Amino acid sequence: MAQSQLHPAGATAVSPDGQVVLGGDGVGLAGLAERKLPKQRSLWGDAARRLAKNKLAVIGLFVVATLTFLAVFAPWIAPYGQSEVVDPRLARTGPSWQWPMGLDQNGRDIFSRLVYGARVSLTVGLVAEAIILVLGVTVGALAGYFAGKTDTLLMRMVDVVYAIPQILLVMIFLNLFGPGLQNIFIAIGLVGWVTEARLLRGQFLTLRESEYVSAAKVSGAGPRRLILRHMLPNSLTPLIVAATFGVPTAIFTEASLSYVGVGIMPPQASWGQMVGDASVAGYIQTAPHMLLFPVLAVGLTMLGFTFLGDGLRDALDVKGDR
Amino acid sequence: MSRFVINRVFWFIPTVLVLIALTFLILKFTPGSGVISAGTQSITDEQIEALEDRYGLNDALPVQFATYLRNIATFDFGESFQFRPQRVNDIIGRTFPISLQLGAMATAFAVVVGISLGVLAAVNQNGIVDYISVLVAILFYSLPGFVMGFLLILLFAVWLPGRGIDLGFNVGGLASWRDWVLPTVALGAAPLAQIARYTRSSMIDVLKSDYIRTARAKGLSERMTIYRHVMRNSLLPVITLIGPIFAAVATGSFFVEKVFNIPGMGPFFVESIIAKDQPMVLAVVLIYGVFLALMNLLVDIVYGFVDPRIRY
Repeated sequence: MAQSQLHPAGATAVSPDGQVVLGGDGVGLAGLAERKLPKQRSLWGDAARRLAKNKLAVIGLFVVATLTFLAVFAPWIAPYGQSEVVDPRLARTGPSWQWPMGLDQNGRDIFSRLVYGARVSLTVGLVAEAIILVLGVTVGALAGYFAGKTDTLLMRMVDVVYAIPQILLVMIFLNLFGPGLQNIFIAIGLVGWVTEARLLRGQFLTLRESEYVSAAKVSGAGPRRLILRHMLPNSLTPLIVAATFGVPTAIFTEASLSYVGVGIMPPQASWGQMVGDASVAGYIQTAPHMLLFPVLAVGLTMLGFTFLGDGLRDALDVKGDR
Repeated sequence: MSRFVINRVFWFIPTVLVLIALTFLILKFTPGSGVISAGTQSITDEQIEALEDRYGLNDALPVQFATYLRNIATFDFGESFQFRPQRVNDIIGRTFPISLQLGAMATAFAVVVGISLGVLAAVNQNGIVDYISVLVAILFYSLPGFVMGFLLILLFAVWLPGRGIDLGFNVGGLASWRDWVLPTVALGAAPLAQIARYTRSSMIDVLKSDYIRTARAKGLSERMTIYRHVMRNSLLPVITLIGPIFAAVATGSFFVEKVFNIPGMGPFFVESIIAKDQPMVLAVVLIYGVFLALMNLLVDIVYGFVDPRIRY
């Protein structure tokens, strides 16, 4: 597996003649410097090259970069504020040169609202995934490292949460905390960590049997050092891929919740909520532009992240069926 | 084998119990009483008190939980706060069959089309058919159900009729068979993609194996090799997808039913969440949770019987 290249510097290794070399700065270093080394290739360099060759992944990267750009510079890009009414008499006006995506049911500029909506989507995606990683990595690492009873106990907990449809649980939590941006990513984070925990636990269970971990253990490394310096860095690639799929899942969840009206609250703009507003019976036929653009925004974002995630998984050579 | 079955069944019970306890506690700690948000504004404190008494909301928490457990055991979920005097059982009895029918149709659609697409892609590996089906799979897989639903509506009920091509797809209502087509496709799209991707990779694995080379070497036609050897061995692992597929269809139906105005369980659940209609929310969570846990259990056991290589 590609992970073995990630072997942390400073770990104990045994040279071919049986001599123990500590931290790589052993005897032959002076001689080594005079010899011409082959061109160095890192895991990340290789992965980046493979990613650049994958057309879909490049498209995905472009979509994600555009989304990030829109989110960061929203106030400079959007011609109107996110809840600014252009003209109530012009409500539901179709696309024109002046308003390229038309106006919504309150006469607000749809393009501006989509740009601000990118902010909400990206914030939810990134912050929720950060919470998921912290919780998932902690639980997964503890279960996988200590194994035995700790593992059984923690994984039983994970299994129960895993058995409940996630979006259902998110809704229930959201009902407890109340709606709003902050509560959405807390709720998604509190529910979503189980997937990452399972993944990391599996990795750790394999790694703890590996030779270099035993070697580190024998040379006196404590649990803290073993987990943080040896096992975690070697589980990084599958974790990165999982996170790339976790961000769109969170965006997906937020959009779905806002669509049914339990997510982001007006006047703050969210793509899902815009879809919900536009899908009122009469509007679909008379003002389809109100529906089309937010639907495309969600769809394109999801596609972009999936392309990127698929590409990353192939480039980093991680196994998985997603 | 029997030990494995007993073990799995043994864990099923605590899982369901924790599920019940968790939802019960969260709902109890949710601020705001469900009986007040039931619509009536001109309600006096005495009336609220009386209503809360009627629903047993003033009892101690353990007492409420015990009552609740007893009611579940007799399949009585009580009276809805929001739609009283309707009983939760009646509402679910009315809406669940609709959700179930839509779910079953979407699953059937996903399985049939998904497997066909996966097989076609694997047989033509790296050809144009493969490329297109992989692209379709990614497209279907990554779009949320409601996005898929609205794209279908915009295409088949707005854009095409506007160009004079009316295929007769209406939005809302379940009068004719046509009304079921778009929701079924919207709900089935994501699991379809999952099945297609899984089938493809499973097929490709089998195609590379030694016994397929043997089959070809002994002169078996390509068609026979695919039907007799490849399909049998590669479609077996697809069974393991049934669990995730049911989960995808069940949760997806919340949103797809709303998109198409289908009076299933989904819209009721969302409404009861907003209205803090505790008996409804608990009942729906329980039904979905138990249903999915049961499906996963069944899949594990069935798979053990079907695949002779698996010995627990």
